Amino acid sequence: MEPFKKHTGIVAPLDLPNVDTDQIIPKQFLKRIERTGFGQFLFYDWRFLDGTRPNPEFEMNAERYRGASILLTRANFGSGSSREHAPWALLDYGFRCLIAPSFADIFYNNCFKNGILPVRLTEEQVETLFQHVRRVPGYKLTVDLENKKVTSEDGLIFSIDVDDFRRHCLLNGLDDIGLTLQHEDKITAYETVHRNLAPAPDRQAGL
Amino acid sequence: MAPKTMFEKIWEEHVVREAAGEPTLLYIDRHLIHEVTSPQAFEGLRLAGRGVRRPELTFATMDHNVPTTDRSRPIEDAISAKQIETLVRNCKEFGIALFDLKSPDQGIVHVIGPELGLTLPGQTLVCGDSHTSTHGAFGTLAFGIGTSEVEHVLATQCLLQDRPRTFLIEVDGPRPYGVEAKDIILSIIGRIGTDGGTGSVIEYAGETVRRLSMEERMTVCNMSIEGGARAGMIAPDETTFAYLRGRPFGPAEGPAFDTALDRWRRLPSDAGARFDRTLRIEASALTPQVTWGTNPGQVVSIDARVPSPSDLADPNARKSAERALDYMGLRPGEAVTDIRIDRVFIGSCTNSRIEDLRRVARFVKGRKVAANVFAMIVPGSQQVKKQAEAEGLDRTFKEAGFDWRESGCSMCLGMNPDILQPAERCASTSNRNFEGRQGKGGRTHLVSPIMAAAAAVEGHFVDVRQYELSNDP
Repeated sequence: MEPFKKHTGIVAPLDLPNVDTDQIIPKQFLKRIERTGFGQFLFYDWRFLDGTRPNPEFEMNAERYRGASILLTRANFGSGSSREHAPWALLDYGFRCLIAPSFADIFYNNCFKNGILPVRLTEEQVETLFQHVRRVPGYKLTVDLENKKVTSEDGLIFSIDVDDFRRHCLLNGLDDIGLTLQHEDKITAYETVHRNLAPAPDRQAGL
Repeated sequence: MAPKTMFEKIWEEHVVREAAGEPTLLYIDRHLIHEVTSPQAFEGLRLAGRGVRRPELTFATMDHNVPTTDRSRPIEDAISAKQIETLVRNCKEFGIALFDLKSPDQGIVHVIGPELGLTLPGQTLVCGDSHTSTHGAFGTLAFGIGTSEVEHVLATQCLLQDRPRTFLIEVDGPRPYGVEAKDIILSIIGRIGTDGGTGSVIEYAGETVRRLSMEERMTVCNMSIEGGARAGMIAPDETTFAYLRGRPFGPAEGPAFDTALDRWRRLPSDAGARFDRTLRIEASALTPQVTWGTNPGQVVSIDARVPSPSDLADPNARKSAERALDYMGLRPGEAVTDIRIDRVFIGSCTNSRIEDLRRVARFVKGRKVAANVFAMIVPGSQQVKKQAEAEGLDRTFKEAGFDWRESGCSMCLGMNPDILQPAERCASTSNRNFEGRQGKGGRTHLVSPIMAAAAAVEGHFVDVRQYELSNDP
């Protein structure tokens, strides 16, 4: 996983609450067996008309947001399905950071496993950012995970609330499985004690 | 000792490692996988040269993208076929039991888990699917995970988890006529909102919940994720234990079952246990529900009218409602019973079990699907299908004009060929009415099976309380 330390990029707005993972990546694109190549299908039903022509009504399609790597959106982003294809699509499209008042649990978790930083700011802070993004073409933010703050060229400074463990893993690009396997002795000890409580299931004879 | 909630008892028993400032390493007793969210996890294992730690604790089936038509014919969509072949290959390579399309036990992962006795009280169970909350109906701590976590469980049989908050929802009093388990959970989501349960594990309790059958409890727990919760749980009781006897993968009748039973009886939350949040609902106020918008929290009573966005104080909720009405092609103030439908889908991990099908069959017997409506019934599993056919329910459905299919997720998410056309309106017993969920431009209204059956017959939504209904399971 690519570490996330400090990132500066153009901000694209998606002014909707409750954006679910079905919108982020529709189901017809979940049949691929790879982790890559999902970016072209990101927000597919909103981004494209007839599946090919860019939809001019979709704000993110505007020229001024080309090359955006920070997504600004509203509350409860990533609700619904647990599909990790959603963060894969966002990352593949080029988003390294998401800013919203809140995120759905499974999606929030999935982001950290893929080097994407989801930043929770207050409703007021998010509203302020929406106003700035729309006023200034090419509006950029710097997201500094090391110092836990979001800053802009026009002087906004917001602090980031993120738990230390997730921050540590993202700063260093650490793989969860590798970390867990450092405690393999504890897993083995647990299994030895609990084997009788939860025996491995076996189909009963005759059924 | 301080009184504990059921969640706390199960959580604490599964802690492998705790350290200040780090998530808990939690042991996972059961892992269910399917074709859509597992291929990248196995690929990750291969790339890292890792194996599966406890292959005997993981069970696989294929459900999300499988066709629900004739199983003797090959899958037409080459990419779907490849995904399914990949699951077969992965299970073989890593020694994981698979219920494939030819298996008499194939079905929606959240239908077959309980059916086979893979889901047991007091255990931790995960699956790369958000509706894993279904299994909480057994007093199981069950939650959906992403593909990276699927890989983590395969490699370590553990997960790193932050301890969730606890949320008690009590529903009290006798269940009113015509109100189904689906109406209970839709009402709850309507009340708490689609992010009301974020960060929490919900325990459903109260007299109304106690009186639900196991299948009804699964319907309630299934949609916990639609309220944003990590998981939903119901304390195991005699109803649970009766269901679990004789299940193929559960403890064998005799000493093994009795030992398990002793443990299961200790699981319910202790009197006086503290929850981070509580909500009490009087069942007497519950009515049959219909969603009008594009998230499950946008729901009203069958006898209500489509709400007006201008009545909403919160600007985000107002904007969301305006957009939803536009997408759904509805006008504020329209009576819900005036909404005409084109399609009916009875199925999904929410409502595709035998009791759902029996209730639908009782209602449609001697009635006909309206001429302008295409209605299909997709059983949750091959076992449900077999049972329904043994009871002759399939004949009733076909005589009434329903399409009777093979088991799978089908039009709940429309990954297979079962999808809505743009602007088609569907009464669906599934769990998500998101934009495009059942097909681009498709308009989904979530309802109970009996409400879907009545809508199929009348061609529009109708208050089922005006009919004579049976309360038998």
